[in-house]
Amino acid sequence: MTPEELHKIAETELEAKQQTQHTLCVCMAAGCVSTHSDKVKESLAQQIEKHGLKETCKVKGVGCMGLCMAGPLVAVEQTGALYQMVAPQDAEEIVKNLGKQPVKRLVCDTTQPFFTRQKKIVLENSGVVDSERIEEYIAAKGYEGLLEALTSMNQAEVVEQVSKSGLRGRGGAGFPTGLKWGTVAKARGERKFVICNGDEGDPGAFMDRSVLESDPHRVLEGMAIGGYAVGASQGYIYVRAEYPLAVKRLKDAIKQAERLGLLGHNIFGTTFSFNIEVRLGAGAFVCGEETALIASVEGKRGQPRPRPPFPAERGLWDCPTLINNVETFANIPPIIRNGGEWFAGIGTEKGKGTKVFALAGAVKNTGLIEVPMGISLREIIFEIGGGIPDGKKFKAVQTGGPSGGCIPEQFLDMQVDYDSLAKVGSIMGSGGMIVMDETSCMVDVAKFFMEFCMTESCGKCVPCRVGTKQMHELLSKITDGTATDENLAMLEELCDVVKNTSLCGLGMTAPNPVVSTLRYFRDEYMAHIHDHRCPAGVCKIGKEQLATV
Amino acid sequence: MNPSAQKTLSVKTLQINGKDVSAREDQTILDVARENGVFIPTLCNLDGLTPVGACRLCLVEVKGSRRLLPACITQVQDNMEVSTNTETLVKYRKMILELLFAERNHVCSVCVSNGHCELQAMAQKLGVDHIRYPYLYPKLAVDASHDRFAVDHNRCILCQRCVRVCDEIEGAHTWDVQGRGTASLVITDLNQPWGTSESCTSCGKCVQVCPTGTLFEKGRASGEMTKREFLPYLTLMREERV
Ligand SMILES: Cc1cc2nc3c(=O)[nH]c(=O)nc-3n(C[C@H](O)[C@H](O)[C@H](O)COP(=O)(O)O)c2cc1C
Ligand code: SF4
Ligand code: SF4
Ligand code: FES
Ligand code: FES
Repeated sequence: MTPEELHKIAETELEAKQQTQHTLCVCMAAGCVSTHSDKVKESLAQQIEKHGLKETCKVKGVGCMGLCMAGPLVAVEQTGALYQMVAPQDAEEIVKNLGKQPVKRLVCDTTQPFFTRQKKIVLENSGVVDSERIEEYIAAKGYEGLLEALTSMNQAEVVEQVSKSGLRGRGGAGFPTGLKWGTVAKARGERKFVICNGDEGDPGAFMDRSVLESDPHRVLEGMAIGGYAVGASQGYIYVRAEYPLAVKRLKDAIKQAERLGLLGHNIFGTTFSFNIEVRLGAGAFVCGEETALIASVEGKRGQPRPRPPFPAERGLWDCPTLINNVETFANIPPIIRNGGEWFAGIGTEKGKGTKVFALAGAVKNTGLIEVPMGISLREIIFEIGGGIPDGKKFKAVQTGGPSGGCIPEQFLDMQVDYDSLAKVGSIMGSGGMIVMDETSCMVDVAKFFMEFCMTESCGKCVPCRVGTKQMHELLSKITDGTATDENLAMLEELCDVVKNTSLCGLGMTAPNPVVSTLRYFRDEYMAHIHDHRCPAGVCKIGKEQLATV
Repeated sequence: MNPSAQKTLSVKTLQINGKDVSAREDQTILDVARENGVFIPTLCNLDGLTPVGACRLCLVEVKGSRRLLPACITQVQDNMEVSTNTETLVKYRKMILELLFAERNHVCSVCVSNGHCELQAMAQKLGVDHIRYPYLYPKLAVDASHDRFAVDHNRCILCQRCVRVCDEIEGAHTWDVQGRGTASLVITDLNQPWGTSESCTSCGKCVQVCPTGTLFEKGRASGEMTKREFLPYLTLMREERV
């Protein structure tokens, strides 16, 4: 592949596009496929055939459009019209109306804040390009970042652009990406590796899955640029086996890229070679932790080991290893294409760029959103999310999954970035965002996450393995209404020891949901303990409990 | 010794509990503390085996570090200021031991290792005289299918010494861990009865390194299972051979 050939592919693709009068884009990401968007796509194709529009109209599958709750979604590329909850029998009407007024009863309003308040970088191609065709990605400036890096930048310049961008890791901890790349680039080792972390184990989170399903080439390109910057020629992408569609799209994407010479030997005629292999995770949450993930790729039991040494110095097979999250890599191609400064211009002082969130729980619009850093929680929940349904009252928003915390109403106007979320006792995390209304019991929420950590603890170190179990027992006592003040004191003491003595991030952060709900909703704990009452009416206590026996 | 293999190791100076000490750069905090007569409690660590940092008893405070660091793994650095025995550390260590005792069924009076158990001795040494956490009383099996040895999971603290000695010293890798969280269990081969294991060489190293009465020789009555300290000797022999 030469630069000219790459541009030729883009041109041909764009020309073909111009020949088409109407393109119907059907969401073929997991959310919409689960409501049978594949059937919708089929019947749209049949209708086009039936009405003899084959020459001028096309149907294509695209990635997630964000408003997954309204799926199956179908968009008309040329006009921007969006249809929601489309059934196969709606196909005829949609096809007949192409070029006329859109079918009113199916139209989804794209002027609502859910669409207008977002800013898309990572998801710029999601819901737009056909994720199964590399040509479409190339036509959307795909692989131009890699071309630019390989042909007009040296390794240090790539690292410098990433540093300049201010990008921080999107996998949870928010480590500065440029600094990590620089460290691996400097680390001494005959062989180095690049790993992309697509384990995504937080309950309810599906940001990475969506990126992999909707725009897999973006991640491959980011990894290849990373490989060039740090001096690695082999990459692994670790995806959980529960994401079969993502795995399939990735494998297909790798084959396509190899066929075009965008992966493999001497990419763009340079001396740089890079290959990527997919590795499947068996669904253990702890395998998202970098050292456990590396052990798992090596074929060992997925258990964390103490750091330092960090993977940057000693990682896969003891070689220096660059490990980044899917979304982190997905940010790289536009950073190289547009320059680090462009990226640094988006967001806040300490949080640059955008963040993808999986918005769920008690909000009208649930789905996948991408927002600039610095947006307020209120804007996310009440504008983009459309507020709390059924006239209920907002109670808290949970970010960061089992490692995060619950944020109460008084902080809704706070800017969303790494530091401010940490300040109020939560974390940015990988992007799970669960909104809770007055019908959620905060003790029950804390118990849910503790149960998750307890069952997902790898069992290696004592405080996490046994501490989470004991904490879960204590929380169960509280929700049963049988706990005492001593039990609560013991719970707080356990939070402290588990946080400070556990080996890896799972144990260190497992107490967070308890600590943060105790901080802001202590009265709810007290109501369970002293009054044997669950204010939200979730926990069955006393009489009710007897009644159900 | 081959001169080209001779690596020059630089010397570091640091403070442990306010006392100046010197160390080779490849030493851990635990090595240096021991050399200087400073006691740091350990359970999973065993000289000659790769440290894993699992029990968390050896955590120490290092000035400037946000986190507590495991002395058994952390390498020394110049000007480190280490505290091994602060009030917080003492409290945490006791809690960790309490958690261990509450996890499985440690009934010392009927245990083969009563009086020779590292867990029991550690509890005595650190002054753990009662367990505040509710006992979890898991139902666990005993595997006595091997002709000479047996494994009683009720007493296992999952220190992984058996796993490491079998893999790193004997080279058999008969032992491994299955399951997660409190459901973790040491297993032989792919969870086959020990007696049917084809990889086990019956060398007995795992039995010797087990800190508790989990792995024991058959025919021992309660309190009769004593263990040999053969690993320091083994390490010494290997070093001399190099
Ligand atoms: C228990 C645990 C689970 C984790 N799970 C994930 C995960 O699913 N995906 C991920 O990218 N990072 C996960 N991480 C963070 C990784 O260890 C690591 O920090 C990250 O992959 C680094 O990439 P980044 O700098 O791009 O964020 C997890 C960490 C812990 C402690
Ligand atoms: S903190 Fe939990 S998950 Fe991490 S090593 Fe310890 S037991 Fe395993
Ligand atoms: S059997 Fe003994 S050596 Fe093996 S993990 Fe259990 S306590 Fe440790
Ligand atoms: S899966 Fe179709 S819009 Fe998200
Ligand atoms: S001895 Fe260091 S963690 Fe067990």
